[in-house]
Amino acid sequence: MLAFLIRRISQSIVVLLVMSVLVFGGVFCIGNPVDILIAPDATPAERDRAIKELGLDKPLPEQYMRFLKDAVQGDLGNSFVYNEPALKLIMQRMPATMELAVTAMLMAVFFGIPLGMIAGIKSDTLLGRSIMRFSILGFSLPTFWVGLMFIIIFSVYLGWLPSGGRGETVELLGVPVSFLSWDGIRHLILPAMNLALFKTSLAIRLSRAGVQENIQMDYVKFARAKGLTNTRIIGLHVMKNIMIPVVTVLGMEFGGLIAFAVVTETIFSWPGMGKLVIDSIGVLDRPVIVAYLLITVTMFIIINLIVDIIYSILDPRVRLGDQN
Amino acid sequence: MRQKLLIVLAIVACFAFGATMAHAEKLTLGLKGEPTSLDPHFHNVSANNMQSLYVFDKLVRQDNRQKLEPGLALSWKPVSDKVWEFKLREGVKFHDGSPFTAEDVKFTIERIPNVPNSPSSFTGFVSNIQKIDIVDPTTIRFTTEAPAPLLPRQMAAFPIISKKNAEGAATEDFNSGKACIGTGPYMLVKWDRGDKITYKRNDNYWGEKMPWEKIIVRPITNDGTRVAALKSGDVDMINFVPPADVDGLADNKKLTLSESPSTRLIYLHLDTDRDDSPTVSGNNGEKIKNPLKDFRVRKAISKAINRRAIAGRIMDGLAVPASQMVPDGYEGTSTRLKPEAYDPKGAKALLAAAGYPEGFKLVIHGPNDRYVNDADIAQAIAQMLTKIGIKTEVNTMPKSVYFGRASKLEFSFMLVGWATDTGEQSNCIGALLHTYDKEKGFGSSNRGRYSNPDLDATLEKALVTVDPAKHNELIIKATEMGIGDLGIVPIHYQVNVWGSKKGLAYNGRTDGYTLPRDIKVTK
Repeated sequence: MLAFLIRRISQSIVVLLVMSVLVFGGVFCIGNPVDILIAPDATPAERDRAIKELGLDKPLPEQYMRFLKDAVQGDLGNSFVYNEPALKLIMQRMPATMELAVTAMLMAVFFGIPLGMIAGIKSDTLLGRSIMRFSILGFSLPTFWVGLMFIIIFSVYLGWLPSGGRGETVELLGVPVSFLSWDGIRHLILPAMNLALFKTSLAIRLSRAGVQENIQMDYVKFARAKGLTNTRIIGLHVMKNIMIPVVTVLGMEFGGLIAFAVVTETIFSWPGMGKLVIDSIGVLDRPVIVAYLLITVTMFIIINLIVDIIYSILDPRVRLGDQN
Repeated sequence: MRQKLLIVLAIVACFAFGATMAHAEKLTLGLKGEPTSLDPHFHNVSANNMQSLYVFDKLVRQDNRQKLEPGLALSWKPVSDKVWEFKLREGVKFHDGSPFTAEDVKFTIERIPNVPNSPSSFTGFVSNIQKIDIVDPTTIRFTTEAPAPLLPRQMAAFPIISKKNAEGAATEDFNSGKACIGTGPYMLVKWDRGDKITYKRNDNYWGEKMPWEKIIVRPITNDGTRVAALKSGDVDMINFVPPADVDGLADNKKLTLSESPSTRLIYLHLDTDRDDSPTVSGNNGEKIKNPLKDFRVRKAISKAINRRAIAGRIMDGLAVPASQMVPDGYEGTSTRLKPEAYDPKGAKALLAAAGYPEGFKLVIHGPNDRYVNDADIAQAIAQMLTKIGIKTEVNTMPKSVYFGRASKLEFSFMLVGWATDTGEQSNCIGALLHTYDKEKGFGSSNRGRYSNPDLDATLEKALVTVDPAKHNELIIKATEMGIGDLGIVPIHYQVNVWGSKKGLAYNGRTDGYTLPRDIKVTK
C-alpha cells in the first residue's frame, strides 16, 4: 500500500508538471491579454507600463520558470483582472460549485439507482420501458438546451422557481451555503436538476444492467429457494452487488461534475468556478486559467487515488501493491 | 360593528401601504457585465466605471447624452491658458459622515497613477496636470503643462474617493468594502463575487433622492438567462436586451422597453499604408499593389455598403447609420457629414476608374463575440462587396485572438468598434486617425495606419485651444478630413435597449450605463 501511494504520488507530480507546461504554453498561444485588458485609447507609454507590471514583457520560458518557482510555494500568481491571488479567487468560488455538484450527485444517486433497479426488474413493462426512454433523453439532450427549457418552463411560465443566481446563503463553518435556507434551496433546484440529468441517466443504466445480470445469478436463486422475500433479495443482496460498479463510475464522474459544471453555471448565472474560468478565458486572464486547470488536474488525481483505494477495500481481489 | 369596520379598514390600509412600500424598498437589476473590482481607479472599463457611480461621484457629471453638468464641482473656468479653477459643492458628506473637501480631490488625483498592477489605468486623464493648488476647502486650481481644453471632460472620467478612508488602501480594501466609501447615492453593503452586489441608500445624499432603499445588482452574462430573469420577475430591469428578443419582449404586457443610441461606432479599418498588404490579392490569388491605398477604391467600398439594410435586417432596427465617429448632436460633430448613400453602380464605376474593373480579392476580418451581431455584419458586408466585384471572404474569431492579431497589423480589412468614454470626438480622432506615433501617444488603435499631416496638425492644435468654440471648430475640421479621406469607413452606431417591468422607465444613456438616477418610477 505504501509503495503504491509513493509511486502514485510521484507519478502525479510528473503529470502536474507536464500539464503545467502544456497549459502555460497553450494559454500563451491563444493571444495576448494586453490587447483586451488595456483600454484601446491608452497611450503607448501607458501600455508599456501595464505590460511591465503584469510581467508580460519577459520571454515565455522566464515567465514559466517564475510561475513554477512561485507555484512550489503555493502561489499560483495574481489575476490580471482582479489583482488578487488566482488561487484565492478560485477557492472563493469553490463552495458554490461543490454544493451544486454534490446536490446533483445526490439527486443522481437517489433517483437514478432506484429507477434503474425498477427498470431492471420490470424490464418489459411500460414503466420499465418509460424509465429507459427517459434515460436516453437524459443522455442525448444537450445540457444548455435542457437548462434553457427548465428556465422557460419553471421560471417564466409557471413562475415556481427563480431563473438564476444563488439566492440567500447561510454561513456554515465559515463557508456560505445555500441549502440551509428556503430561498437558497429554491435557487439550487433547477441548476442541480440540470446538472444531475446526465448522471441520473448513467446511474439508471448502470443499475439496470447490474440488476439484470445479478438476478440470473445462483445466489439469487438460492436466496429465493431459502424463502427470502423479494424485497429483501433485491434491496439487500442484489443492491450490494450492483453498488460496486455504480460507486466506481459515479465517483469518477463526480470529478467531471465539479470541473465541467461550466455550462450549467453560465446558464443559471451560478457564481461557481466554472463561470469564473469562462469569464477569465474571455479576457485571457492567464493566471486564473492556469490555476483552474492545475487545480482540476490535482482533483482528478486525488479522486482517482481515492477510488482505487476504496475499490481495493470493496473487492480484495484487486490489489494495489506491486504485482511484479 | 363600527369598530370592526375600522379594524378592517386599518388592515386594508396596512396592506395597501405595505404594497407600495414593498415596491419602493428594493430594486433588482440584472446587468450584463460584472465589475472586476470596486476600486474605482483600478480598471478603466465600462462595467467598473458604471458601478463606481453607485457609490462615488465625479467632479463633473455626464448627463444621459454625455453633456457635462455640475457634479461635486459646481462650476469651473479657465483662469489663464494653463490654469483651471474648480468651485466645489459645499456641505457634501462621505458615507461615513466626514466632509468632502478639496483635499480629497487632490488625494484622488495623486493616487490615480499609483494604483499597483492596474491593467488599464486612468492615468491618461490626469497626466497633464502639473500642479494642484488648494485655494480654500471649496476651491481648487489645476495647472497643466500645456493648455488643456478637455480638462473638465477629464474630470468627468474618474470618481473622487475619500482621503480619510482610502489613504494607504489597496484594491482589495475597496472590494471588501472597507475603503469603498464615497459621496454617491448608494452605499456598498456587500459584494458577493459572481452573484450580486448589494447597496443601500445614502439618505444624506446631496443630489436627487432615490426611491429605492436597497439596490441589488446581479451580473447575468448570458443573454438568454438575462431575458428569462426579467420575464420571470426575478429582476426588475435588465440592460443590453439582445436585438433578437426585442420584438418578443415588446409584446409582453408586463414589461416596458426603452432604447437609446450609443456612442459605440462600428466601422471598417482599411490598410491604407502598405503596398504589400497581407490579405488583399488579385482575382487569381496573385500579389497586387494594395488597392486600398487608392481613395477611389475606399469610396467604392463605402458606397457599396447598404447601411440601412444592415441596420434594418441584421441589427433588427437597433442601429443608426453612421456618418462620423460619434452620433449627431454631440459636441464637435460635423453637420456636413452624412451617412454614405448606398450606390452600387457608382461604386462599380469608381472601381473601374481606379483600374479594377474586375475587382480583386479581399478577406474581411472581425471578432465574433465582441459587438452586437459582429460576425453577421461582416458576412453582410462581404456579400455587398462581392456584388460590386470585390470578392470578399469572411474570417471571424473570438475577441481574445482577434485584437492581438489586428494590432500586429496582420489584417488588411477589419471590422472594429469604438466607443468614446469622454463623450467627445478628439479621443477617437487621436486614437484612430492621427498618424501612429508611439512617442506622442497618438494613433494607438490606428490599425490601418492612415496618415494625414494636416489632420495631425489640426488635432494637435485643437488639443491646446482652450476656447470652446475654436476648439470645436478645429475638431470638426479634423473629423471632416479623416472621414472625407475614408481613413475609417463608418458603418453604424449601436442602439442599446433596456427592459424593465411595468411601472419603471429608463431614460436610456448613450454611454450604455444603467444608473439609478435615470430610472423613473411611472406609477
